Amino acid sequence: MHMADALLSPAVGATFWAGTIGTIGYASKKLKEHLDDRKIPLMGVLGAFIFASQMINFTIPGTGSSGHLGGGMILTVLLGPHAAFLVMASVLTVQALFFADGGLLALGCNIWNLGFYPCFVAYPLIYKPLAGDGRSPRRILLASMASGIFVFQAGAFSVVLETLLSGKTALPFTTFLLMMQPIHLAIGVVEGFVTAGMIQYVRAARPEILDSSASSAPLAAGISFRNVLIGFVAFAVVTGGALSWFASAHPDGLEWSIGKVTGMGELPEQKRGIPAALKSVQEKTAFLPGYGFKPAAGEPKEKKQERPAWPNVDAGTSLSGLLGGVLVLAIAFGIGWAIRAYRRYNRPGSP
Amino acid sequence: MSFETAYSGIGRLDRLSYRDTVIHRLDPRAKVVATMLFAVVVVSFPKYEVLSLLPFFLFPILIGALGDIPAGFIARKVVAVSPFAVFVGIFNPLFDPGVVAIAPGVSVSAGWISFASILVKFSLTISAALLLIATTSFPGICRGLRRLGIPALFVSQLLFLYRYLFVLIEEAIRVVRARDMRAFGKKGAGVRVFVRIVGTLFLRTVERAERIYGAMLARGFRGDVPSMRSEMFRPADAIFVLAAGGFFALCRFVPVPQMIGRLVGGLAG
Repeated sequence: MHMADALLSPAVGATFWAGTIGTIGYASKKLKEHLDDRKIPLMGVLGAFIFASQMINFTIPGTGSSGHLGGGMILTVLLGPHAAFLVMASVLTVQALFFADGGLLALGCNIWNLGFYPCFVAYPLIYKPLAGDGRSPRRILLASMASGIFVFQAGAFSVVLETLLSGKTALPFTTFLLMMQPIHLAIGVVEGFVTAGMIQYVRAARPEILDSSASSAPLAAGISFRNVLIGFVAFAVVTGGALSWFASAHPDGLEWSIGKVTGMGELPEQKRGIPAALKSVQEKTAFLPGYGFKPAAGEPKEKKQERPAWPNVDAGTSLSGLLGGVLVLAIAFGIGWAIRAYRRYNRPGSP
Repeated sequence: MSFETAYSGIGRLDRLSYRDTVIHRLDPRAKVVATMLFAVVVVSFPKYEVLSLLPFFLFPILIGALGDIPAGFIARKVVAVSPFAVFVGIFNPLFDPGVVAIAPGVSVSAGWISFASILVKFSLTISAALLLIATTSFPGICRGLRRLGIPALFVSQLLFLYRYLFVLIEEAIRVVRARDMRAFGKKGAGVRVFVRIVGTLFLRTVERAERIYGAMLARGFRGDVPSMRSEMFRPADAIFVLAAGGFFALCRFVPVPQMIGRLVGGLAG
């Protein structure tokens, strides 16, 4: 369920990057205050461990399909939330670079979706209260299940939200939600089961690892409900701010491009959801006298350049656009091919 | 993607990043900034834009060609990670059925255009991200991130992860191979066995971390990983960032394909 660049708008991508960078900074600062040097190599090697164990798949009972570990909850229980968040962020960064899971702009969203919820929501608010002192296997199972399910529901919901706010998909909100949430319910149950199994395995073999992470109070219990709440409010404000910017910047660009691509000036009506909301914003802001020629920042400037060249779009102009597109691609690939051919020709010792 | 292919993919990207070409020699910061800028500009195009995105292919093509990165390898990796974007995008033609004329006599539904736009954006951003790591060593990227103000603790976390990634993946491959040899198809590959395997792997990992910590203490570790490399942001790096930025701005605000098309059409007509 990695979010992908292609489905994001810059505003949504930047908002989640801001949230993620802020949380990385906060976690680093918190961790530094009470850091035991011993934890630095442990965190690094555990990151590699999560990475490696995500590549081991297993059969999900009853379905025959295979799943793999998310790892956010296990890390949080073993390392405490701040260290676990940094480890998750590093795992996702390396995945984004080496597997191109999602891409660079979406990395902020992915760290948020898979790291923030287990470390700063599920652990203090669900796992801790349910697991208690962490000595009863039944309570550990219950706590892991509940947090596993929550983490994946929250993560999947974030993906839906990010996709829809970006406005690149035509999927209706409820349809998308109904596709994402049930699948992630199953994944969450499996994750909860695996998390509980791991914790009990570690408890049986090396109990001191769990005890040390639970007793190092500054790391494990450093989060109060109030801080979580403040974090959420701050995030909501940032999101709201970014969205209003998005809402005011987007419609005319959209309208403009639809007009250009479709040749109809406007698209088949979007009946509900964000596109409809944007449309009402747009009806209020667009078609002002002289709008197209107003020298302002951002989209209007773009319009200013576009309008004179494309006063009315018809199928004929679209055709020349297509022709140009093909030519541009041919030129780009031609340049690439020429450089490669030149290299091959000049490479010493090549056959 | 099987375990071994995934692993060899990482290894190959890693080896490519230690080559020595014009692109590899650029400062990591310049490449990180240019690639991020590229991703932002590409996704800033509206939903129904396809044609104006095409000139952006020049950026990954140039980086790949100048950096001497095999094009087929990058293309295969892009296809391998495409399912989620395709899965979400494929619903656009279903839910967005308005008909659009793209050429005289040829019309498609608006959903196909936005789907095509998602695919083009996807190939652009993913290939650019892969080319970043293929032309910049991972430690180089970490040094770049540190200089760009990312907290030192997080950067050393990335470096540690990278250092032990290959060691642990190889260990996991051995464990999985042993399991698969005993598992006769699907039997025995269930969750219970998985928990035990991962538990064992975890304990070995912790023990390894303890040994590493001891070895680091013996070598004077005091909590951070200093770098001996001093990197200068040279004029060539600045020129690279400026040229890339200028190109992105040009293609963002000027409809290059349409202009070329009209020019050629005008010459022909």
